[in-house]
Amino acid sequence: MQWETVIGLEIHAQLATKSKIFSGASTAYGAEPNTQACNVDLGMPGVLPVLNREAVCMAVKFGVAIGAKVAPRSVFARKNYFYPDLPKGYQISQMELPIVGVGKLTINLGDGESKVIGITRAHLEEDAGKSLHEDFHGMTGIDLNRAGTPLLEIVSEPDMSSAVEAVAYAKKIHALVRYIEICDGNMAEGSFRCDANVSVRPKGQEKLGTRAELKNLNSFRFLEKAINLEVERQIDIIESGGKVAQETRLYDADRNETRSMRSKEEANDYRYFPDPDLLPVELDDAFIDAIRETLPELPDEKRQRFEADYVLSQQDAVVLTASRELADYYEAVVATAQTDPKIAANWVSGELAAALNKEAVDVVNSPVTAELLAGLLKRIADQTISGKIAKQVFEAMWQGEGDADAVIEAKGLKQITDSGAIEKLVDDVVTTNPKQAEQYRSGKDKLFGFFVGQVMKETKGKANPQQVNELLKKRLAQD
Amino acid sequence: MSLDHADVKKIAHLARVDVSDEQMESIAKDLSNILGLVEQMSAVDTEGVVPMAHPLHMAQRLRSDEVTETDARELFQSIAPQTEEGLYLVPKVIE
Amino acid sequence: MHNKSITELAADLRAGDYSSVELTQYFLDRIQRMDAGLNSFVTVCSDEALSAAQAADRQLQAGQGGLLTGIPIAHKDIFCTKGIRTTCGSKMLENFISPYDATVVTRLKAAGVVNLGKTNMDEFAMGSSNETSYYGPVRNPWDTETVPGGSSGGSAACVAARLAPAATGTDTGGSIRQPAALCGITGLKPTYGRVSRYGMIAFASSLDQAGPMTTSAADAAILLQAMAGFDERDSTSADQPVPDYSAGLEDDLTGLKIGLPKEYFGEGLDDAVAKSVEEAIAEYRKLGAEVIEISLPNTHLAVPTYYVVAPAECSSNLSRFDGVRYGHRCEDPKDLEDLYKRSRAEGFGDEVKRRILIGTYALSAGYYDAYYLKAQKIRHLISDDFTQAFKQVDVIMGPTAPDTGFRIGERAGDPVSMYLSDIYTIAVNLAGLPGISIPAAPANGKPAGLQIIGNYFAEAKLLNVAHRLQMATDYHKAAPANLGQ
Repeated sequence: MQWETVIGLEIHAQLATKSKIFSGASTAYGAEPNTQACNVDLGMPGVLPVLNREAVCMAVKFGVAIGAKVAPRSVFARKNYFYPDLPKGYQISQMELPIVGVGKLTINLGDGESKVIGITRAHLEEDAGKSLHEDFHGMTGIDLNRAGTPLLEIVSEPDMSSAVEAVAYAKKIHALVRYIEICDGNMAEGSFRCDANVSVRPKGQEKLGTRAELKNLNSFRFLEKAINLEVERQIDIIESGGKVAQETRLYDADRNETRSMRSKEEANDYRYFPDPDLLPVELDDAFIDAIRETLPELPDEKRQRFEADYVLSQQDAVVLTASRELADYYEAVVATAQTDPKIAANWVSGELAAALNKEAVDVVNSPVTAELLAGLLKRIADQTISGKIAKQVFEAMWQGEGDADAVIEAKGLKQITDSGAIEKLVDDVVTTNPKQAEQYRSGKDKLFGFFVGQVMKETKGKANPQQVNELLKKRLAQD
Repeated sequence: MSLDHADVKKIAHLARVDVSDEQMESIAKDLSNILGLVEQMSAVDTEGVVPMAHPLHMAQRLRSDEVTETDARELFQSIAPQTEEGLYLVPKVIE
Repeated sequence: MHNKSITELAADLRAGDYSSVELTQYFLDRIQRMDAGLNSFVTVCSDEALSAAQAADRQLQAGQGGLLTGIPIAHKDIFCTKGIRTTCGSKMLENFISPYDATVVTRLKAAGVVNLGKTNMDEFAMGSSNETSYYGPVRNPWDTETVPGGSSGGSAACVAARLAPAATGTDTGGSIRQPAALCGITGLKPTYGRVSRYGMIAFASSLDQAGPMTTSAADAAILLQAMAGFDERDSTSADQPVPDYSAGLEDDLTGLKIGLPKEYFGEGLDDAVAKSVEEAIAEYRKLGAEVIEISLPNTHLAVPTYYVVAPAECSSNLSRFDGVRYGHRCEDPKDLEDLYKRSRAEGFGDEVKRRILIGTYALSAGYYDAYYLKAQKIRHLISDDFTQAFKQVDVIMGPTAPDTGFRIGERAGDPVSMYLSDIYTIAVNLAGLPGISIPAAPANGKPAGLQIIGNYFAEAKLLNVAHRLQMATDYHKAAPANLGQ
């Protein structure tokens, strides 16, 4: 039997406001427990919510960025359930009339392939607090600092058919919310969270299979792993004659498994109804247009521009525009170095990206700044150093040993371009290796590399490789 | 419309209110009576009527994004049933 | 001293006839002496009141402050008062010392008012007789065997007995007006959104509104002046200027068009109450008003609609009382479910539980459309009735309650018959309109109320209309006897 996977994602992006969605308490991460939970966040008797303008603006910004219809009228509703991290016994969310309607997003799958993923809706809601399960004499501790942090819940259509697509989509949303500066995207701190609805069905079947909702996917790697595990699990169940249960499953990264969440098992009846403490949010075209004006260049636009202006492949452009910061870095390098954009692209997505990744440093904090890298590329372009030596210089710059010129100077890495000097070296190498010269001349072309190597060895790699090639050819052609 | 014990049990669970077996009968009766009163609504033709959630036709006002609250944990937790290390304590939550 | 109006008390304070401390002590003594038989207070704040009175006296001596500086009043125990126990009539909040002040409390404090204490009320404002209070029933000072009405029964009783010159109340389906009628005082429910709901413990958010309970319309105008106005902490607060409520009190009523809804004078209305109301209306005719019969055809649907909308909102509003952060927590919960279910079963009384359960049912899957959504649609129809009526008339008049104070315990076993006590007041909350109840001639020797309903934000008009009757008659001056003064 051939199986087909169907995946939809629900992404919760914490909006980067200073204060909470319905109160004036701070949203800063990492404070002492319950020191950023005011009476509104604690659900004290008599308190009332007042909506944060910035949260609305950010939701609208997302809406216009995905080309969705922003609702002229949206309504907050109460989702009623009891849970200790939910102080009021209901979550203020949006149900029937969300602020952002249908939109779409194109994901790039490498090799120039792309796919359009539908976005059903995005709505505003408040985050819950946190339950700390460390042992307090067998009890659970509740920290409500996070309660009331604004969330944008972005719901996709079940348009993805593999873990790879799901990750590409999640990454694209991640890049987008950071581009438009509505979310810091910090997955470790929970600012950007994914839930995946996964089901399988026999290939060709139209009816969707029973889905499981996967939670706790707090990295793109876990998202991919959890989906793949879940798909396998569901296929196993069906192939062995069983039935997939509709349930919520928690991904356990330590054990690399998903397990059923007992607490969410019981069928919930959330009794949604319009929150009588809040009035309909009414937005006119002027409000929405003003926000549209503030949109920066979006990832897709930037990628297309990179492909056109810098003559880059789609793959290169996708990598370079994955974040606004990386794209800015790249453009600064190109502008400063005035060199071949392709070479700059190779350096940024190659050497630099590898170093950043290895040391887990964000591009904005890179010890090799765009200016430093541009300085290095200039020295390659003017043949002061070779590409190979440049890697050594980069390494030294990363260690903080100064700019390219300083490193080249200090380490004496300047390329030897004096043809007289190279000619002398070439002559010496050929003369001291008569046997090899003989063999080369009698047709053993491969030996050319041997001579190049000898010259490079003598110069510690500093001789201009092009000149070495030319002069060697000329010298070996003699006699 | 009358409610039986199973209905009351279900609602009481949703509302997280313990209803003892002794109370069950009288609660079921009271609730059924109230529903009887409410039943009059079903005779009304409301075709095309817009539901009214608020008495006033106003739009939501938007607050500027400013931090106006300061830490008052000590005050808030002085009236809490059980706290430790700044956390509210509840019986173990099983996930 | 206790029969003086706020204006008179303010003048005396300014003249130095007595100090605010003396005035406050005077009322504290009355409460001490007389409230045992009424149970109108849950908490008396002697120390806080006297220190606030001292501060008021300093202001008065410096020639500062306003009309309310140094005037003692009482707050319904539904308003959060910082540092003072706020019970909402419930065991759930027996030990709840509020960490903050309600906006109404803050505003009245800023106006210089002295808080004598917190008045008894139906639990979470759910009731029409004050019998659902965990702190025991309040007795009607006119006849202590009867109820004072509810839910602001403590406020009504204490003002009627002159234990406080005035009090605050809240009205979700008649909870200011009905007890005002039953206790023979003046009670105003303003337009929804006129007074901030912040810090007022919510029963039904789209219906709740705070207002003054006083011995006269003139005093109500003064109190409302301090309570009303936009509050940025309440999204449903109306951003509209507050007029001077006292300025037009004496305006002439010639040509005033009074609508009498025929539905308010039909079956179920006590004959004696009907007679009192007719007598009051005859006075208005004398004052030059024109009386027009009108129809509010959906009146009979108000109670059913209300008993879906209010419980639905309350079922959600009261979910926060879960024994986690404040309020009653059961002993030794064996798990989380047990904590919730027992804390709430123990902390809430029967009427509150009934309404939570009904509301939960009305919102639950499969019933939402038939109950909640249907009720919201009918609410629109009821509201439209008034819109139509106000095209014809300036104010609407009728009885506040169908009868006078009934005996304590008489209706306790029958929730539905109790609900019908609010038949004339509920529609006003559903529409969000302002309404006032003022004393009419006694019915069978007991207080009866005339209800006057106005258009949106027409509080000044209501107060003017009410005040003119109080200029022409002495109904509002009658005070209960035999209170052992």
